[in-house]
Amino acid sequence: MLSYLWDNPGLMLDLLGQHVEMTLLTLGLGIAIAVPLGVLVHRWRLLAVLVMGVLGLLYTIPSLALIILLVPIFGLNRLAVVVAMVIYSQVILVRHVLVGLDSIQPSLLEAARGMGMNAWQRWWWVQVPLLLPIFLAGVRLTAIVAVAVATVGAKFGAGGLGTLLFEGIAQAGRADKLWAGAIGVGSLALVLNTLLLALEWAIKPGRWLWVPIPVRKLLWGL
Amino acid sequence: MGASIEFVDVSLWFPKAARPAVSHCSFRIEPGEFVVLLGPSGCGKTTLLKMINRLYEPTSGRILIDGVDSRQYPVTALRQRIGYVIQQSGLFPHMTVAQNIAVVPRLLQWPREQIQARVDELLHLIQLPPAEFRHRFPAQLSGGQQQRVGLARALAADPGLLLMDEPFGAIDAITRSSLQEEMIRLQQKLRKTIVFVSHDVEEALLLADRILVMQGGRIVQFDTPFQMITRPANDFVRELLGTDDMVRHLGLLRVKAAMLNVEPPLLAAEPTIGAEDTLRRALSLLLRSGAPQLTVLEEGRPVGILTLEQIRDLTRTGC
Repeated sequence: MLSYLWDNPGLMLDLLGQHVEMTLLTLGLGIAIAVPLGVLVHRWRLLAVLVMGVLGLLYTIPSLALIILLVPIFGLNRLAVVVAMVIYSQVILVRHVLVGLDSIQPSLLEAARGMGMNAWQRWWWVQVPLLLPIFLAGVRLTAIVAVAVATVGAKFGAGGLGTLLFEGIAQAGRADKLWAGAIGVGSLALVLNTLLLALEWAIKPGRWLWVPIPVRKLLWGL
Repeated sequence: MGASIEFVDVSLWFPKAARPAVSHCSFRIEPGEFVVLLGPSGCGKTTLLKMINRLYEPTSGRILIDGVDSRQYPVTALRQRIGYVIQQSGLFPHMTVAQNIAVVPRLLQWPREQIQARVDELLHLIQLPPAEFRHRFPAQLSGGQQQRVGLARALAADPGLLLMDEPFGAIDAITRSSLQEEMIRLQQKLRKTIVFVSHDVEEALLLADRILVMQGGRIVQFDTPFQMITRPANDFVRELLGTDDMVRHLGLLRVKAAMLNVEPPLLAAEPTIGAEDTLRRALSLLLRSGAPQLTVLEEGRPVGILTLEQIRDLTRTGC
């Protein structure tokens, strides 16, 4: 059953590479769009209702249908799939930015202002660190969704591990391809989830108190 | 050394408000003075405070700090020179005690060694041993300790002016009174100009060199605790301070307020009492010892005398 995995290491790695590439591209683009958008809708609450409404609506469209809608614009290729993935990522990421910013006590920001931080310093010194745990949870969720949508993308010439799944279904008696694809996609999702969970764990305040002070001083300053 | 503050006909209307939050306020605070802004909630005292570090901008009027219009400075530079303590400390939960205290020095780009030395110095000052507390997070501190760190953070860059917005409002009574004692001790050492918002009359009488009483955005009276008790400007102040209960007030007024200043040389004749002690203690000492007068000491040196007569005069004018 699993022989396909061992017999085709080169192909497996290629497909895995394409899958990871699409996922990371989605996360990168998704974050780059979601953070400014989240900050914007946090400031103008009326806009938040509108934007979150539209994003929620887009999220209800099945991935297959959404990609089909995008094919006339971007062509039958990886771009259409990645754009669909970025659109899905927004509803999760923007919501997490919004919730994260809302969770910061206004008194902390006033203290920061009162101490003479400018907007840029308030963002990097106060808002980002406090927002990060919640935001990372959103990134993790997005990564899982992206891995799933990228699988469907194989149908549209985007490559990735989904290719094996679609081939396995289409060709009679190729359950080995199905297994290889399923195990590949499943492992990727698990690994990504674990890595991002570890990152969430690592950034909690006080997590590194066991590290000797001289080492911490060397690595982080004070 | 403290900074002076002068308000020149300052008013502030919030958009759509029915009346100004602060209306035509003019007053002057001298360098090194401890001024408490006192009044019921909504009287404009916090608004007044926040205009000093320009968290609010006045609609009209001018605010001078050390004689210079505060709008002449870039707003961040102005705030970095003014210590700011808020209710419930406002410590950043993701930063250690040391990092919290280091915020303004870092904004001012002090060298790292200087910042570390300053952090330890301040932790000693607020009586939290650096070795034990430097690397703790705010969540690992009690409410009182958090507020001390909040104070240390405000003092970090050695500002001449300290703004405190009901700093002890959310703290239990016992811790509050120890923090108040601490403030008195620190102020004797540091001589900052402090503007302190409070709705607690006892706190105001205990801490203030002068109290500024506000009502409906206007200044009702700006005077020493002693004057305020003995000569309240109107019924509002009289009621606010509960001016009739003289024994209670003797427990809140300091010997300094009623003593007769005597030029040295003056012998430190027994019995003696500290200038910062309460008049109530002075009264009981006078009654118990049967002595005609007490010698008032400040930092171990005799600076004046206090007799029963002076306390009696005070209660008479008060009632």
